[in-house]
Amino acid sequence: MANLDYSSPSSVKEVVKILTTAKGKAKVMAGGTDLLVQLRAGRLKASTIVDVKNISELRTIKKEKNGFTIGAAVSGAELGAHKAVNKAWPGVVEGLELIGSTQIQGRASLGGNLCNGSPAADGVPGMIAAGATCLIAGPKGTRTVPVEKIVVSPGRTSLKSGEFLVSFFLPNRPKKSGDAYLRFIPRTEMDIAVVGVGVSLTLDKKGMCTDARVSLGAVAPTALLVKNCANALIGTNIDEDALNALSEAASSACNPIDDKRGTIKYRTKVAGVLARRATVIALKRARKN
Amino acid sequence: MAKHHVEAIINGDPAEFLCGTEQTLLDCLRDELSLTGSKEGCSSGDCGACSVILDGRLVCACLVLGVEVNGKKVETIEGVAKGDDLHPLQKHFLQEAALQCGICTPGFIVAAKALLKENPHPTETEIRYWLAGNLCRCTGYDKIITAVQKAAAEMRGES
Amino acid sequence: MGNEKDHLEAIEGKEKFRYIGTSPIRPDGVDKVTGRANFGADFTANGMIHGRVVRSSHAHAKIKSINIEKALKMKGVKAIVTGQDFPKIDPSDKVVGEVVVSFYDMSQNVIARDKVFYDGHAVAAVAATSIKIAEEAAALIEIEYEVLPAVMTVIDAMKKNAPVLHKGMKTEGMDPVPKRSSNVASRAELKLGNAAEAFKDADVIVERDYTAQTVHQGYIEPHACVAEVSADGMATIWSSSQGQFMVRAFVAKLCAMNASKIKVIPSEIGGGFGGKTKVYLEPLALLLSRQSGRPVKMVMTREEVLRATGPTSGGHARAKIGAKKDGTLVAAELEMEYEAGAFAGSPVKLGCMTGFAPYNLKHVSCIGWDVVVNRPQAAAYRAPGAPVAAFAVESAMDELADTLGIDPLELRIKNAAVEGTQAPYGVKFPKIGCLETLRQAKATEHYNMPLGPNQGRGVASGFWFNIGGQSSASVMVNPDGTVIVATGSPDIGGSRASMALMAAEVLGIDYDNIKPLVADTESVPFSDLTGGSRVTFATGKAVVEAAEDAVNDMKRRAAKVWDVDIDQVEWKDGIATCIETDIHKPMTIAEIAAMAGKTGGAISGKANINAKGAGAAFATHICDVEVDPETGYVQVLRYTAVQDVGTAIHPAYVEGQMQGGAVQGIGWALNEEYVYSKDGQLQNTGFLDYRVPVASDMPMIDTVIVEVPNPGHPYGVRGVGEVPIVPPLGAVANAVSHAIGIRMADLPMSPPKILATIDAAD
Repeated sequence: MANLDYSSPSSVKEVVKILTTAKGKAKVMAGGTDLLVQLRAGRLKASTIVDVKNISELRTIKKEKNGFTIGAAVSGAELGAHKAVNKAWPGVVEGLELIGSTQIQGRASLGGNLCNGSPAADGVPGMIAAGATCLIAGPKGTRTVPVEKIVVSPGRTSLKSGEFLVSFFLPNRPKKSGDAYLRFIPRTEMDIAVVGVGVSLTLDKKGMCTDARVSLGAVAPTALLVKNCANALIGTNIDEDALNALSEAASSACNPIDDKRGTIKYRTKVAGVLARRATVIALKRARKN
Repeated sequence: MAKHHVEAIINGDPAEFLCGTEQTLLDCLRDELSLTGSKEGCSSGDCGACSVILDGRLVCACLVLGVEVNGKKVETIEGVAKGDDLHPLQKHFLQEAALQCGICTPGFIVAAKALLKENPHPTETEIRYWLAGNLCRCTGYDKIITAVQKAAAEMRGES
Repeated sequence: MGNEKDHLEAIEGKEKFRYIGTSPIRPDGVDKVTGRANFGADFTANGMIHGRVVRSSHAHAKIKSINIEKALKMKGVKAIVTGQDFPKIDPSDKVVGEVVVSFYDMSQNVIARDKVFYDGHAVAAVAATSIKIAEEAAALIEIEYEVLPAVMTVIDAMKKNAPVLHKGMKTEGMDPVPKRSSNVASRAELKLGNAAEAFKDADVIVERDYTAQTVHQGYIEPHACVAEVSADGMATIWSSSQGQFMVRAFVAKLCAMNASKIKVIPSEIGGGFGGKTKVYLEPLALLLSRQSGRPVKMVMTREEVLRATGPTSGGHARAKIGAKKDGTLVAAELEMEYEAGAFAGSPVKLGCMTGFAPYNLKHVSCIGWDVVVNRPQAAAYRAPGAPVAAFAVESAMDELADTLGIDPLELRIKNAAVEGTQAPYGVKFPKIGCLETLRQAKATEHYNMPLGPNQGRGVASGFWFNIGGQSSASVMVNPDGTVIVATGSPDIGGSRASMALMAAEVLGIDYDNIKPLVADTESVPFSDLTGGSRVTFATGKAVVEAAEDAVNDMKRRAAKVWDVDIDQVEWKDGIATCIETDIHKPMTIAEIAAMAGKTGGAISGKANINAKGAGAAFATHICDVEVDPETGYVQVLRYTAVQDVGTAIHPAYVEGQMQGGAVQGIGWALNEEYVYSKDGQLQNTGFLDYRVPVASDMPMIDTVIVEVPNPGHPYGVRGVGEVPIVPPLGAVANAVSHAIGIRMADLPMSPPKILATIDAAD
């Protein structure tokens, strides 16, 4: 094993430089709660660790005119304490806050949760449902990508060599709109999601659903944005029939595996159950907004 | 790469040590600084036995690199009591028999200390969820929860 | 022991005790809340190097060759050992008891010789100047395997053409002994009356198959030790275990050394629950130290703990109970197959012995099969063998109660074992508290609370023998009248406090003036390991006797000073008083101790005993759950543990044992299990996916301490640690079954399993 290097640059530019010039594999680290476990278990070989926590852009939450910019290395505890984001996107915050224990919350970040590439990442479905985008920096400058386009398969992302995730952008919440994230785990805490569902929906004045985004986690190789779920809601008053259709659409979208955390049958069924429950919560929130 | 020279404030005192990149804060505390009160139960952030407070935030020392704490403040179990003067949590853990084997106890006390700083009036449910990342296999948690409740009451000046 | 009668009278009115029954702060407590206590991995020695184990990732394979050349050449590598470096042990070298201890198997389990038998089986060990170098060197050791088909379940292992793990294994306990080798190590049978015949008298018979999975003890402290062998061949081992003398005996055997050349110093132990009653690292560390001439430290990772230590047996059970319409039990049968893991020795016989013990039955038949599979060799886990048997029996009792329309506690009360009942395993019970726990359970507020929708309540009882065994204690009176109590029993849950309380009671001095300690193998005579719920009973008895011995010594000294007969000296509250005359001023322990030099030298007492008269423990648990019918999620709403403990020496730690055992049992029932791939690789090697209960999963665990004193102990102690894990599997299963209206007979009742059961019934 060669010696492992460590650097903690203070600018985005420096990170890109290190990523493009490093010998061997350079790994970006934010909270490190996944990375260190993988390194220790020998599942991940790297020659350099690039700690991005000292770059202010990656550590700040900024209110913009049309939404929020959230640094990729902002921890769950930090996001949870941000009142405005909580108010606008409770579902997104719920997702991130469900990752691990209090101890993990002090470290784990939205960016790391996404780029780790796990199909079960709790932070991701809520962001996909919210229509969040990612700001990617690389040798050719920056580009903006929807969250659902980042992970391509378990553990793999669409980021190109030298690129890394700088921040997320969450749009302002439209009126009469609400979101929610629910997951199922066998215990009350400390588990990886067996199924996760993020829902964001918007109503018109009469309470009819005009827009919806539903995202499922842990039921396919990557988190899914399920158009059919949205279609089941849009144009309805989200009545019992709509919820049944949504539930069925969620279950049919599943392409899960059997593993130590759940069975195909189980995940498929529970995806439908949670889609309905998350929608009911999002609906309540939308009505209040 | 040569080892990193790290300077940090540990339990209020300046400390310095050398470490390789792959050494976690837990390795550094235990092996470089002989602070063995933080325990290693899993090395994956799942048991909480190595809980420490890093710049005011509760973390698992096994999921922090030693090199990351350069210039930061670390509080470990060794800094919870002030000399012979036990922290209310320590006193109530003893009085309530909230430990059996004792291996998880340092982590629980550090985690509970962080809880009471943030929330002096935790409900039973809040205590249980805050401490969900600290595993105890001996007590069934019951007496730990009671000890935290009683310590919280004492710290609020209610007993 | 002449005053045992007095003690028993004292128990009748507990107010006579000054110290017993109080819950003072444990003597080792401050060290444990401040981080000062030294556990297994906290010890370091000068010049120490680090050892790592090379483990097989094949579940079943022949070792064709091991090449250590490259690894040995690495800078910093100081020693490498493989199975060939250990002395050969004869297959007949074993200790036969309820569970057989085979040194031949133990040796192979510590390090494989010709074959590996499970994922995680140790194949080689390396010591180097740093952990990093040791790990890199370990990766350079080349092992060539011939992979064999893995046998992962008892069902597969018992199939006619199953691959045989151990050539020559012929099922013991069969008549005639089979000619063919198989994976069935032994058959145990227990019979009382004639069950087959008696079933004909039953109005109602319930019968069902039950399954339970392999689970791990889950102690938070991984196994750890430091071994140092000096040039003259004298060895010192610091280790975390349930018995320093056990470590000495096993290491001596496996390394062919004389016990007098091995000193074992016990560290604090971070949980054991039976899992630290064996050696894994110590023999490896010792040989690495001998080879390198340096102290060698070895600490397991959590992954190693799960892959290679513990676990306890999963298995199958078929329970059948017949009863009259009025609920009187007439006959019962239990047939069980337990996984032994890679080597013979599952606790199936103990399962057979315990399953029906809470009940007064005239006709019982229990058959147990001990079956080897390609999993780690089973280790003891809290009441070994009993929980799975009780799961089957208590579920069957519940089903019977449902069928007969009788309250499940009433059914148990009607059939409860009492003093004089012949237990299925042969003994006639002396005074026991089975009926008392049932009555107290029935009287709890909990049992009489209404339930809501999707909620269910379950009850179950459990039995554990409790054991005695060899214990030693020394009571040393210091010159200032304070006292040291030394025993050879590691303190895994507060036993130092109990020892000090019992010594305080006999000596009549303050608890705070007594320092109990766990001594090394050269400072106290032999003691059996901590396990079987024996320490407060047996070691406690030794402490009581040693303290009485010290009291007698002090009475002798007082008699000498006063020049009276020893019969004229009375000892009370730490003071010697002359009965005959009041011209002699009573002397305190401090005064007697201060003049010890003039009365014959230092004062002490000792007792080395093989304690008999362990008193059986019975417990009854009540569990309420709510099941989410759409996800199968189970929330434990309320839980009450009722247990006869004999006498609670330190009630707070007694409650702690009851609560901790209950929660371990709840974990076993709901989410804990070993998950293997088809070819035998363990899939859940960390606490992330080996799901022990976390704080937010649990409600408060209510306890009801019942005290029916054990006539076999001077203060009535029975032993409390084990029986709390016996009822929960059944109690939780019965609660879930009632909540969903379908009987759950397959553990763990994880959400996918429950949902599949609900959906299958729709």
